[in-house]
Amino acid sequence: MNPRITAAVTRRVLIQLRRDRRTSVMLLVLPCVIMALLWWMFQDRPGFGFAALAPALLALIPFIIMFLVTSVTTLRERTSGTLERLLAMPMGKGDFLVGYAIAFGLVAAVQSALAVGLSVWFLDLQVAGPVWMLMLVAVVDAILGSALGLFVSAFARTEFQAVQFMPALVVPQILLCGLFIARADLPPVLHTISDALPLSYAVDAMRKVAGEANPAVWGDLALVAAFAVAGLVLGALTLRRQSE
Amino acid sequence: MVKSGVEVSGLRVVRGGQEVLRDLTFSVVPGEVTGLLGPSGCGKTTLMRAIVGVQRITAGAVTVFGEPAGAAALRPRIGYVTQAPSVYDDLTVAENLSFFASVLGVGQDRVDACVRVVDLAAERGKVASRLSGGQRSRVSLAVALLGEPALIVLDEPTVGLDPVLRRDLWETFHALADEGAAVFVSSHVMDEATRCDRLLLMREGRIIADDTPAGLLEKTGADDIETAFLDLVEQAAS
Repeated sequence: MNPRITAAVTRRVLIQLRRDRRTSVMLLVLPCVIMALLWWMFQDRPGFGFAALAPALLALIPFIIMFLVTSVTTLRERTSGTLERLLAMPMGKGDFLVGYAIAFGLVAAVQSALAVGLSVWFLDLQVAGPVWMLMLVAVVDAILGSALGLFVSAFARTEFQAVQFMPALVVPQILLCGLFIARADLPPVLHTISDALPLSYAVDAMRKVAGEANPAVWGDLALVAAFAVAGLVLGALTLRRQSE
Repeated sequence: MVKSGVEVSGLRVVRGGQEVLRDLTFSVVPGEVTGLLGPSGCGKTTLMRAIVGVQRITAGAVTVFGEPAGAAALRPRIGYVTQAPSVYDDLTVAENLSFFASVLGVGQDRVDACVRVVDLAAERGKVASRLSGGQRSRVSLAVALLGEPALIVLDEPTVGLDPVLRRDLWETFHALADEGAAVFVSSHVMDEATRCDRLLLMREGRIIADDTPAGLLEKTGADDIETAFLDLVEQAAS
């Protein structure tokens, strides 16, 4: 790997995003709109609906969005011939993957800062732990989404197929992550499955930050990060310099 | 000592159960423009990919500057232009070139020089998706020239270009060869054959002629390369 090449990939991805105004605006504004909608739903209801769901949603949104954006972008790179061109140049696979991960991680940082800021300072979300930790967890979730998106893009030939991986890989994780039923209350088999899914730990980490003054989230975060690294390594295996 | 460029010997490629390249042996010499001519579907692209090192080969050997094709040490020394332009449609001409220049580790001066070579100075700031097809393939060509490659592999680079520009590009290819590069160009347009120093005629995965344009005409007694190609095909059939 070479820092100059990694930085070139990151810069290029960011220039491409900036040129696509509609996508950039949606990346930054949509998470805020969803948080506001969630807050509004529970406006006239007693209890802690918003406070209970908001942390989980702050973990889910960057994961889902980055999964979609990355799988489509890298698929485009595979089909347009630019990936083959890059791999015929002196570029390491790590440069390509880490360059992408940094670019989308930066976007995710801005995206989460806006969504977390809005929730905490305008929608009155009570956070017991430090607010910066919410953002950190969100960024790691986004990188996890990017890593999985990179990996699955290898198994799709068209953008239609790439988007179908969302119900296949993402929706089951949303169902089992503890958003609808606490993970401990799931049937034992499903509980075990949820223990093996990265999003479960992402949501656990968010809940701890929101609920505890001194949240012990490093274990959860390390697990999410490990899944992200595994996704990147598997993604690297799918970048082949030679084809049949 | 003859400085070897590309050496191909006994090359076979089987894709999806079909034999695409059948026992090819030839070489591409530095300082010359070698043309690869044949109808579309005859295996030209597969052969070029094998030389660049992105096509897995079934049998035989391909060496480039003495190293097996695809070796990491060769990557900075080969410029490859695919048939479909591989550039980023949402970046400008200058942004595309600057990105690939930083991947290759060459300076901005190379970007400026290559933009001039392909005659796109006026389009520098335009986003690639707004360029015409011919202009986009020239961006792709400029990218391949950035690293001052010692081997330049061009897959049908002149398709759809205006005749004046086509002539200029052929002059560029010869200028690059004069500087010592090995230039390997494919085309399915037979009238481009006379612009090459050496010709490989290809049909159904085989090389049916390997000669200079003049030598080929002399040997077959034909008036032009297209007739020579037909003669060779008929000879092989009878």
